[in-house]
Amino acid sequence: MSSWVRSLIGGIAIIAVLYVISLMMSEAGLFGMGIDNYTARLFVFIAINVILATSLNLINGFTGQFSIGHAGFMAVGAYASAYFTVNYGEAIERAVSGSPGGAFSSALVLILAIIIGAIGASITGLIVGIPSLRLKGDYLAIVTLGFAEIIRIVILNIDAVGGATGYQVPGYADFLWIGFFAVITVVVVHNIVRSDMGRALISIREDELAAEAMGVNTTRYKVTSFVISSAFAGIAGVLFAHYNKFLSTNDFQFIKSFEVIIMIVIGGMGSMTGAIIGAVVVTLLPELLRRLPEIQVAGTTFNFADLRLVIFALILILTMIFRPQGLLGTKEFGLSWLKRPRVKPEGADSVGGTEGTPIAEDPEAKHLTSEGDD
Amino acid sequence: MDTFVQQLINGLTIGSIYALIALGYTMVYGILKLINFAHGDVYMVGAYAGFMISVYAFNSQPSIIAFLIVLFGSMLIAGSIGILIERLAYRPVRKFSRMTTLITAMGMSLFLEYLFTFVFTGIPKSFPLLIPNENYKIFGEVTINNSQILIFVVSVVLMIALQYIILYTKIGKAMRAVSFNLNSAKLMGINTDFVIAFTFGLGSALAAAAGVLVAQYQPKIFPLMGLMTGLKAFVAAVLGGIGNIPGAVLGGLLIGMAETFVVGYGQNVGIPSTYRDAVAFAILILVLLIRPAGLLGSNVQEKV
Repeated sequence: MSSWVRSLIGGIAIIAVLYVISLMMSEAGLFGMGIDNYTARLFVFIAINVILATSLNLINGFTGQFSIGHAGFMAVGAYASAYFTVNYGEAIERAVSGSPGGAFSSALVLILAIIIGAIGASITGLIVGIPSLRLKGDYLAIVTLGFAEIIRIVILNIDAVGGATGYQVPGYADFLWIGFFAVITVVVVHNIVRSDMGRALISIREDELAAEAMGVNTTRYKVTSFVISSAFAGIAGVLFAHYNKFLSTNDFQFIKSFEVIIMIVIGGMGSMTGAIIGAVVVTLLPELLRRLPEIQVAGTTFNFADLRLVIFALILILTMIFRPQGLLGTKEFGLSWLKRPRVKPEGADSVGGTEGTPIAEDPEAKHLTSEGDD
Repeated sequence: MDTFVQQLINGLTIGSIYALIALGYTMVYGILKLINFAHGDVYMVGAYAGFMISVYAFNSQPSIIAFLIVLFGSMLIAGSIGILIERLAYRPVRKFSRMTTLITAMGMSLFLEYLFTFVFTGIPKSFPLLIPNENYKIFGEVTINNSQILIFVVSVVLMIALQYIILYTKIGKAMRAVSFNLNSAKLMGINTDFVIAFTFGLGSALAAAAGVLVAQYQPKIFPLMGLMTGLKAFVAAVLGGIGNIPGAVLGGLLIGMAETFVVGYGQNVGIPSTYRDAVAFAILILVLLIRPAGLLGSNVQEKV
C-alpha cells in the first residue's frame, strides 16, 4: 500500500471514530449506548489539552526553547474569535442560510472563527517571539510568562470583551470539531517534526551553536516554530471559548500555562505520543482523585478529594525526581513494534550499550540527564 | 507635592517587602542558577507561621515582645521549611538539567499553595495586629503609618545583618565561593551541600520576615498571596541583576515605587490602576531585552 492510501484510510477511520463518539454524546445516544455530560466534557477537555500540549511540545520539546506563556496565546485566540462570533456570527449565518442554527452556516462561522483566532494568536506569537527568543533558558521562560500575564491584564481591561465580568460566547464547537482539530494538530506537528524543518529544530535543541555552525538559521526556525505553536494554542482557545460558552480571564492565568508544561513534562518532552498521554493523564487524574473518601480526624472532617491538587503537585515533583525524562522520554509509543521484528544494527552491542540510537532519540542524551556545571 | 511624597513612602514600603523576598531569589540563583518558584510561597508560609504563633501563643494580644517573637519564630519555621524543601525536592534533581529543576520548583510552588489551601481553606484570614495602628503626620497631608516605619526599620536591620553575614563570616565567604564556582569551591574543601542548605534557610527566613511585616501592614493573609508578590520580587531580582545582593534591594525598591506611581498617577496618562500588576512584567521584559544582566549585574560573556 502506498503511503497516501494508508494515510487516507487512517484519516477516514479516525473521523469515523470521532463521529461515533459524538453520536454517543448526543441525547439520543447510539443504539442505546450514551455518554453522560460529565464524561463528554472530559473527552472535550482531553482533546483541547491534546492541542495545547502537542503545540507546546513543538517549541519546548523539539526546539528546546522553554516557553511558559502558552495560556496567553490561548487567550488571544479565544477572545479574538469570540469577539468575531458575538458581533458577526449571527449576521453571517443569516446571510448564508437565511436563519441561524443551520449545520452548514454554523460550521462556516466556526471555521472563520478558528482562522481569526489562529491568525490573532500567531501575530501575537510573532510579536512576542522575535524579541524573546534572543534569550535562553530561564530568562526566556520568565519573559514568556511576563508576556502572557500582560496579555491577560490587557484583555481584562478591554470592556468590549466583557472585562472583569466575563464574556458570553455562542456555542459553535462540539466534540466532533474539537476532536477533529486535535487530530489535525497532531498530524501537522508530527509532519513538521519529520520534515527538514523538524530536523533543524531538533538540531537547535541538541546544540544551538553547532546547529548555527552547520548553516541552520536558528533565529528563523525558532521564531517559526514559536509562531506555529502559538497559532495552535489560539485554535485551542477558539474551541474552548465556543464550547464553554463563557470566557473569563481567570481561565488564562499562568497556572494554565503550568498545567500544559506539566502535561508535556509528565509525558516526556520531545515525544508526540508522550504529550498526548500527558494531556490525558493531567485531565483525568484530578477527576479520578475527586472520588477519594472523607475521613474524620479529631472532630474535623478532612475531605480527601480536596487533597487532589496536593497529590497532583506531589506526583509532578516525584516524576521529576525519579523519572526526569517523563514517562516516555523522547521515545514514541506506537504499534510499529508489532509489524516487524526489530533488527539490531550490526555491532550495536559493542558500542557502549547505547544500541546505536541517534542522540536525538537517546533518553540518556546529555540535554535531559546531565548538565555541565557552569 | 504632598501626594508625591505620600506615594513615595507607600512605594518604598511595598518596595522593601519586594526587596526582602528578592534577596532569597537572588542568593539561590547566584548559587544554583535555579529560579526558585516556591520562594514566593515560602513568604506565604512565613505569614501563616506568624499567624499561628500570634493566635496560639499570644492569643492575639498586642505587644512589642509578641511581635518580635512572632517575627523570629516565623523566620525560624520558614527557614527550616526552606532547608527541608531544598533537601527533599531540589537536591535529588540538582544533577539533572536546569529544565528539570525549574519544573520541580514549579511543582513545589503548586504543592505549598494547594496544601495551605487544603489546611487553611482559600478564605483570607485576618492577621492579628500585634502593634496597634497609629498614623503620624509628617507635613501637610503626608502621613506615615507605624507599620510602615516598622517595615523600614526591620528590613534595613535584616539587610545589614545579611550583608554582615555574607562579607564578614566564614559561612558568608563560603557562600561567595560557591556562587563563584561550585566545583572549585568543592575542591577547596567547602561543604557545598551545607552552604546551599544554609542559603535556602537564610533566604526563606528573610521571606518569612517579609510575610509577617506585610501581615501587619495589610492584615489579610491567604494561600495564594505569594504568587504575584513572589513573581514581582523575582522581577526585582532580575532588574537589579540576578545574583547581585545590593541589586536585589535596589530592584525591589524600584518595582515597589513603579507600582504605586502607576496606581497614583496612571490615570493622568491613560493607564488605569488595574495595570498595576502588568508594570512589573513590562519592566522585566524591557530590562531583559535591553540590559539582560540587570542594573548592577556585570555582563558575563558566554564561553563556548
